[in-house]
Amino acid sequence: MRQTRSVTVPETRRDTRLDRYVASYADRTHGLTVSAVRALFSVANRPEVVSLAGGMPNIADLPLDAVAESIAQLIRTRGTQAMQYGSGQGEERIREQICEVMAEEQISAHADDVTVTTGSQQALDLVTRTFVDPGDVVLAEAPSYVGALGTFRAYQAQVVHVAMDDHGLLPDALEQAIVASRAQGKRVKFLYTIPNFNNPSGITQPLERRRQVLDVATRHDLLIVEDNPYGLLNLESDPIPAIRSLDSERIIYLGSFSKTFAPGFRVGWALAPHAVREKLVLAQESATLCPPVFSQFAISSYLDSWDWRRQITSFKDMYRARRDAMLEGLSEHMPAGTTWTRPAGGFFVWVTLPEGLDSQAMLPRAVTARVAYVPGPAFYADGFGTRFMRLSYCFPTPERIIEGTRRLGEVLHEELEMRRTFGLGVAGPTSSRDLSGPGPDLS
Amino acid sequence: MTDNLVVVLAGGLSHERDVSLRSGRRVAAALRDAGCEVLESDVTAGLLGRLTDLGRPVVFPVLHGGAGEDGALRQALELVGVPFVGASAAASRGAFDKAIGTRAAGRAGLRTPQQVALPDDLFRELGAADLVAALGERLGFPMFVKPARSGSALGCTRVDRIEDLPQAMVKAYGYGQSAVVEAFLTGTEVAVAVVDTGDGPRALPAVEIRPDSGVYDYEARYTAGQTRFIAPAEISDEVRDRCAEMAVRAHEVLDLADISRTDMIIGDDGEPVFLEVNVSPGMTETSLLPLAVEAAGLDLGTLLLQLADVARRRGAR
Repeated sequence: MRQTRSVTVPETRRDTRLDRYVASYADRTHGLTVSAVRALFSVANRPEVVSLAGGMPNIADLPLDAVAESIAQLIRTRGTQAMQYGSGQGEERIREQICEVMAEEQISAHADDVTVTTGSQQALDLVTRTFVDPGDVVLAEAPSYVGALGTFRAYQAQVVHVAMDDHGLLPDALEQAIVASRAQGKRVKFLYTIPNFNNPSGITQPLERRRQVLDVATRHDLLIVEDNPYGLLNLESDPIPAIRSLDSERIIYLGSFSKTFAPGFRVGWALAPHAVREKLVLAQESATLCPPVFSQFAISSYLDSWDWRRQITSFKDMYRARRDAMLEGLSEHMPAGTTWTRPAGGFFVWVTLPEGLDSQAMLPRAVTARVAYVPGPAFYADGFGTRFMRLSYCFPTPERIIEGTRRLGEVLHEELEMRRTFGLGVAGPTSSRDLSGPGPDLS
Repeated sequence: MTDNLVVVLAGGLSHERDVSLRSGRRVAAALRDAGCEVLESDVTAGLLGRLTDLGRPVVFPVLHGGAGEDGALRQALELVGVPFVGASAAASRGAFDKAIGTRAAGRAGLRTPQQVALPDDLFRELGAADLVAALGERLGFPMFVKPARSGSALGCTRVDRIEDLPQAMVKAYGYGQSAVVEAFLTGTEVAVAVVDTGDGPRALPAVEIRPDSGVYDYEARYTAGQTRFIAPAEISDEVRDRCAEMAVRAHEVLDLADISRTDMIIGDDGEPVFLEVNVSPGMTETSLLPLAVEAAGLDLGTLLLQLADVARRRGAR
């Protein structure tokens, strides 16, 4: 063996964690770690990959020339106002327009009760910060929106999932969860629900179910946070009346322009009972001083100058073709034992895998096959959900969606064969509890 | 084209794309700090044409996993006559595959773990039950299962009981069609980088790895704060020299060039055991090689620039 020429070893030895602040972080940030699953999504943006993972709205059909002209006009005529600080509650004109938008879902509201936020995600943050102390219980559907679970985690809430069936949240399960949590001495702060085309399940609460959910909440004096980003994207019928249309005091309603116009403006809102609204505005002021003024003016101009209802109809036609392609592709390519929801709107289909398959463990194989999805556990606060995956149809073309389901079908077949080879075909440690699923086969 | 242009390739379509992008950004920044003109590029259609149009500048592949590390991309660069930093296509192919690399290291006299390499087809053909039982008998528990051709500890599992072995095998095969199963080793985990700036390979100080969780998995590798790194490693001078010798020897017997990193475990007897060698070592903010460079008293940008110069002088392969 040749003589090794090692460089001179220095006198001092470095003992490092490569993060000098590691001992200073708040308790709530300790769970924020890098994850291999998240890193795998890095390939999803590559054109070779059919991404059925992201929930990015498809805004290719927006009238860009008209938007450009309206923004240019805005800068020319009201530029100094639009680029200045504004009201912590949001600009008055857009709050009035938001009330017009909400009227599409039978909500009767006054602009004074609207707080504009930086996307509805910030509304969720403000509501959670306003209500939740560490250890408080937040009730949420099983499964529920990953971004909401992240917010609840950041405020150290304990999320208690409530089972769903084909019509969404089960009122009996909701009642049991409230009673059980309170019996344990927990303070149950609110129910977080996405009644329309739930992200990720795609399931919608019919009006009667909404009444039942509200009835349970009323009997148990529980606040409801109704998150409704997709309500106007109903592909089958007119919008279903919002829960907020049934009660103005028990509901905080969250809305957004991200899906009905464009997400880049980051404009959403919270419609809250008067006393809560006061607190949300104060919280907003301490968080951002004011929501983005320029974006509010831009959206106001768009709503004033463009037939936004017709634009939503155009979006719906586009999303309907994509949803239909996905359902067709799934029917054609999924192996026996796979089931999925049939969403009447929104962006997502929720797939239940054949017994024993684990969507998280299968993701590397999918990445190799150039198709991406979001594994089910992302939508549960308690680690369940391995047997599910969320597929989004909002962004790729119908042809790419079909191709994506074909690739996914092969991945499932390969994984099933591998598990059979190793005698792992039956229910094993990866299966989920019965109550976490969105219900039986809807296909 | 300018004479000192270096194209940093990062990204690709492997499972380690995210790590590669982070490594690439750091390499590009360090090279720029050293006065180099840098172009950052993903591996996309048209890449070879662009490199040709640029006058075949030196490429610095900072690709982890997949085609970026298994020799495929390097083969393409060789095909079009583009000089690049690091091992040749053929050498990368051998080193990246843990079944081939470990065997070659063992043949050269380096201490290696007892290892069995198996393609997934074999389990289908022979039946999994018999093979699983045989693995348990041969290697004992705990054992370590890993994909043969992957990095960043993706798809790796420590297995303590035979009933958990099938699940671990399925996980590893999720990353590729071949897996290796090794006897699990305990000891001091160190990584030794080797660089060759034109005057022969030399080892940089060993970096010792102490993950809080006890396992140096993906989370421990890339979440700052979850692992203690000690550079140079807290080992005796004698052990240090053995580790350095092993890394240089691995670099040589696997016919590597310019840069490599060998991961090893030092057993109770003070003898290092070869785990694997990396032809495209991680360069992220939490990676080992930059720590070794710092421990050696070197500047990362200057060193990388020297490696690029070596590649430029060597020319097309």
